[in-house]
Amino acid sequence: MRLSVLILNELRHRWLNSVVSLMTALLAVGCLTAAVALLREHRLATDAIIASKEDETRTRLATLADDMRKITKRMGFNILILPKDQNLGDFYAEDFAQKTMPEEYGTRLAASGVATINHILPSLQQRVRWTERERTILLIGVRGELPITSGTPTTANTSDATTSTTAPSKLPPTPAAKTGDSKTGDSKTGDSKAGDSKAKKPLLPSVPTGKAVLGYDLHRSLKLKVGDRFILLERTFTVSECRPEKGTKDDITLWINLSEAQELLNQPGRINAILALECNCASTDRLGEVRAEVARILPDTQVIEYESQALARAEARNRAEAEGVAAIAAERQQRSQLEAEKERFAAAVVPLALLVCGVLIGLLSWQNVRERAVEIAILRTLGLGTGSILALVLFRAAAIGLIGSLLGFAGGLLAANLWAATPAMSIAVRELLTPTWLVTATLAGPLLAVAAAWLPALAAAQQDPANLLREG
Amino acid sequence: MTLHLRAISKTFTGPRGAVPVLDQITLELPAGSISAIRGASGSGKTTLLLIAGGLLRPDQGTVHLGDEDLYAQGPARRAALRAAGIGFVFQQFHLLPYLNVRDNILVPALTGDAAALRPRALDLAERFGLSHRLDHRPAALSTGERQRVALARALLRQPRVLLADEPTGNLDQENAAVVLRHLDEFAQAGGAVLLATHDPRAAAHATRRWRLDHGQLHPDAAPVPAVQQATVTP
Repeated sequence: MRLSVLILNELRHRWLNSVVSLMTALLAVGCLTAAVALLREHRLATDAIIASKEDETRTRLATLADDMRKITKRMGFNILILPKDQNLGDFYAEDFAQKTMPEEYGTRLAASGVATINHILPSLQQRVRWTERERTILLIGVRGELPITSGTPTTANTSDATTSTTAPSKLPPTPAAKTGDSKTGDSKTGDSKAGDSKAKKPLLPSVPTGKAVLGYDLHRSLKLKVGDRFILLERTFTVSECRPEKGTKDDITLWINLSEAQELLNQPGRINAILALECNCASTDRLGEVRAEVARILPDTQVIEYESQALARAEARNRAEAEGVAAIAAERQQRSQLEAEKERFAAAVVPLALLVCGVLIGLLSWQNVRERAVEIAILRTLGLGTGSILALVLFRAAAIGLIGSLLGFAGGLLAANLWAATPAMSIAVRELLTPTWLVTATLAGPLLAVAAAWLPALAAAQQDPANLLREG
Repeated sequence: MTLHLRAISKTFTGPRGAVPVLDQITLELPAGSISAIRGASGSGKTTLLLIAGGLLRPDQGTVHLGDEDLYAQGPARRAALRAAGIGFVFQQFHLLPYLNVRDNILVPALTGDAAALRPRALDLAERFGLSHRLDHRPAALSTGERQRVALARALLRQPRVLLADEPTGNLDQENAAVVLRHLDEFAQAGGAVLLATHDPRAAAHATRRWRLDHGQLHPDAAPVPAVQQATVTP
């Protein structure tokens, strides 16, 4: 006969008390386990969310950076090369240069292997009266992009009238294109760099001889469409493209081949602007850097910055990155606050639950001891000492606590899993299924139950059997 | 001398003041004797048994089990002396309801060598006609069987003294005879029995009879019925 046999049989005999005690221990350990699991899950979920956000931000920033790189490749830091004697006040007032310079400047610049410029777009533009249609337009003659080489300059595309049949029907270099509007640029040409001109495609094509590209207001008001023929300054042109509405002076612009423009404007071999795109400047004084190099190649010119959206977009990218970092920090802080709230809640609820369960186990033990008063008295008459009676009550409580612990541990994990069925919870549960936690949980219940049953056990041990036996 | 109570006095304090129960009682229980104490309900018979068993400290007097004064010992030693040397049998049997017969007989083994006592438990069950009831719980037993289980439990550790409080009080004549025969056998084997009883049949088995009256023991001269042979009824 062992004490364990007696305890287990008694537990079965007083099953209601045993089951309620067991459920109480289960609840206590389950509450503790679930709280730990949920807190751990929250922490893991936070880590996962933050990591995901960081990845997302990194990806977005990388995409943004790539976009910016592409955009800035297409747009770059744009400058306009004007004749040196051009009055800038007049230029800004009229929006085109009244002075001209040799067209050869463009080819010279391209042949110079200029390092700070990627794309060279010579043009001749002038406000003219379209007498046949009785309206004023901006006429721009373009010859397309001049590839930058260190050798003999050649046109990179079909700008020449003789090759117009193979000219791609790309958009002419409009101001919008010059300022980097990707819709008007050739995206396929955005990867060129100084020094690799032989490989790169022209950024902007020309307009074939005899063809014309019409701005929105022109083709709309004149009811012209692609393929229509019209006369401009006594010369016949065919509409090769009708531009969509831009809301800028492009809408009243008419683009033709440079050579034809030179003839119409009586400016043979002359141009009045060279648009340079994608300036590669390492220093902060970008304009100065370009000016210095251009001045060495074309002394009779002046350089002005045309537009620089690249900088603005780079700044936007920086801000986006900063906002991404701030968003992650805010998310982390929010999650930390939430976790702290949960910890505070758990710190209040779990001890309360343990206390309530402990008190309940104590009361149930007390009830058990009272029910067994005569039995304990008999055991005393049979020779069991105080220690044995103490052991009898406390081992009983420990057995209940042990079974309750094991069930509570499993139940707590299950409840937590049901509460938050997330991948993080699966990890949290696996992390809790370690020997350390198993031992901790296994000991928690018995310790709680033994502590709760201590007073009833003392009472049982100190009970005077003679009183009970005398009373029968 | 197996058990010697010397000048035992005990007074209980109740709502109506002090109630003297035992007054300078001296009693010797030699080995091989059965001492019967009769008396009215509330005369102090059970109190005397509890004092004799080391369960209730007397106000005055000593109780010696062999050479050891029970109440001069600490609780642990007294419990050990009781476990090893004194057996108890009660009118209400006081079996543990959740243990079967085998385990009930083995309850005193909680304080001893359980493995060594197991064969003796089975032997006692055999002697008391309980072999076929070993796996049954008390609720499934007759009253006679229950008392025989209680008696077997009391005798498991081969005590020198058996204290029996109305052991036949709840038994029919046949079962009472069986229990009393076992008490006889115990005494004949060298044990000492102190029997508190109302039952004249039980008193008839005693070698010495006393009457407890107003806290004092008097020789019991009342006539007792002839002792009858009993047979074990399973």
